[in-house]
Amino acid sequence: MSKPGEILLDKVTKKFGAITAVDSVDQVIEGGSYCCMIGPSGCGKSTLLRMIAGHETLSSGRILIGGNDVTTMRTGERGTALMFQDYALFPHLNLANNVGFSLKIHGVGKAERQERALEMLERVQLAQFANRMPSELSGGQRQRVALARALIMNPQVLLLDEPLSALDEFLRLKMRVELKRLQDDLGITFIHVTHTQPEAIALADKVIVMDHGIIEQAAHPRVIYDQPHSPYIARFMGGQNVVTGTVIKAGSERIVAEAADGAKFDFATKREVAVGEAIRFSVRRDKIHVVPRAEQDINAMQGEVANVEYQGTFVKVGLNTRQDDEFIIYMDDRAYFENPLNVGDSVISEWLAEDVCHLLGENNSSGD
Amino acid sequence: MAHGSKSGRGLTFYLLTIFFVLFILFLYGPMIAIFILSFQGETGGMTFPMRGVSTHWFNDLFASTRYGDLAGSFKRSIMLGAIAMLITVVVSFFAGLAFRRRFFGSGPVFYLAIISLVMPGILVSLGIGQMFQTMGIRPHWLVSGLGAHLSWTLPFGLLIMFAVLNRFDSSWEEAARDAGASPIGVLRYVTLPILYPGLIAVALFGLTLSYDEFPRSLLAVGTKNTLPIHIATLTSNVTTPALYAIGTLTTALSLGLIVLAFGAIGASQRRHKK
Repeated sequence: MSKPGEILLDKVTKKFGAITAVDSVDQVIEGGSYCCMIGPSGCGKSTLLRMIAGHETLSSGRILIGGNDVTTMRTGERGTALMFQDYALFPHLNLANNVGFSLKIHGVGKAERQERALEMLERVQLAQFANRMPSELSGGQRQRVALARALIMNPQVLLLDEPLSALDEFLRLKMRVELKRLQDDLGITFIHVTHTQPEAIALADKVIVMDHGIIEQAAHPRVIYDQPHSPYIARFMGGQNVVTGTVIKAGSERIVAEAADGAKFDFATKREVAVGEAIRFSVRRDKIHVVPRAEQDINAMQGEVANVEYQGTFVKVGLNTRQDDEFIIYMDDRAYFENPLNVGDSVISEWLAEDVCHLLGENNSSGD
Repeated sequence: MAHGSKSGRGLTFYLLTIFFVLFILFLYGPMIAIFILSFQGETGGMTFPMRGVSTHWFNDLFASTRYGDLAGSFKRSIMLGAIAMLITVVVSFFAGLAFRRRFFGSGPVFYLAIISLVMPGILVSLGIGQMFQTMGIRPHWLVSGLGAHLSWTLPFGLLIMFAVLNRFDSSWEEAARDAGASPIGVLRYVTLPILYPGLIAVALFGLTLSYDEFPRSLLAVGTKNTLPIHIATLTSNVTTPALYAIGTLTTALSLGLIVLAFGAIGASQRRHKK
């Protein structure tokens, strides 16, 4: 027995000619949850969303919504509503008719249509503009109309294709809060495609990170951010440095690894590793301390300051190290300004073993 | 500003102004002259000066037999224009929608359609006439004539549709499908209403291009003439301002159609706003 709005993806595959856009994706999205799909452009997230909405047919696999197989069901009849990236408001209809469009298609009479459209516009605080045309609205207002239009048929699932990308930064943060509140109020499933990491982390109950048509990791945002599965996730979600080393001591729970320059690291692991194996791990950028000389002979890395950027609440310091990946430290602003650094300074960075995550996955792509 | 004070307009401004005035004179001067001369007095001739003002030549057009089957050729041209317009609108609309995605042979089909715009009209006309002769079918204005006109109006209609569709966002159609609309519903409630002004433009072009067309008609319409051919023959026999009266009437008709078309576009926009 599945909850309304639960989405089950069963080996969902989409091929465009020789290109596989979505490759055998299995996933369950809980009914009534807020799910964000994120990944670089071309990773398949939008295609997956469009398949759930019914705007793309599957090459193979099944999609179930609320326990019903909707794989071959027509769009508009599967209990989903899609909010388009550019909103796709009908330019020839006023707001009331835009919002009431689905009702018209489903044969609802004119009076009831008008009434329900007005109610919905009320909900997004635009009732006073019911007779305006979409071209007379601001970006934020258009977005709210698009939301109202999508919600008029009481869908089980609301699909949002980069809903905030057309807005400026200030409005985006404001609408983000409104989206989350709306989802809390309605209790329906939201699937939100985005390419903005903070957006996914702030909104989602579950973040699905995709790359090359597959799901790389799907979990609560805290898990995604704090315990990335692969180097790709760590790099793409940000906030982590990826470090490469070779195992020199393997234990059942702790391992010691050595970098090319001889620096040693130890940390907990969830997987058996062998001595000599090349491994990667991530270190939280905000948990790294800069010290003038090493206080510990392990979990420390020497580097030269390459750039410093003041960010308001913290200072972003980039180091040149012997590692291939960039190495960045988020320093507390007060601590930094007590002992400011100059470009070219040689410093030691240190961290604690518990702020390290052993990256188990193979995917080493940069996520660009 | 680079050119100093507000009165200091450069030489280019005056040159362009002169050019523009000459252009306007050249464009509308002849039309206005014909319009005035069509109201020439009874004793007046085909050139200025005016000898009084009258509507004599308009009456003469309808009363006299000197002008041959003028009314008949007018009716044929209107009829032919209307049919060509209808076919052009319907075919260009769907062809335009089809050309939004690449289909097998879309490139060659497009170029084949455009080639008939490049071909000299008189050759198209000659070819169609010859083809009908060869096939043993007598050329007729509604058969070979219509074909000749379509070879002119259809590519034009298609090109206008391309321009119109350039500003058409197919996510509107997807939004309609998402709302549960069937393909017919999408066409009826979204595609057609949004493209309606563009279709009026296609219709207007289809009608006027056909109504005006001379070279493509010449050898393709058979024994019964269309208006442009009829007027062309009249210019060699008739030497009265009645010719100008014909010009004034047909221009008034075209202007009327344009006003009607803009009215229709305006009305549709007001209707949707309510």
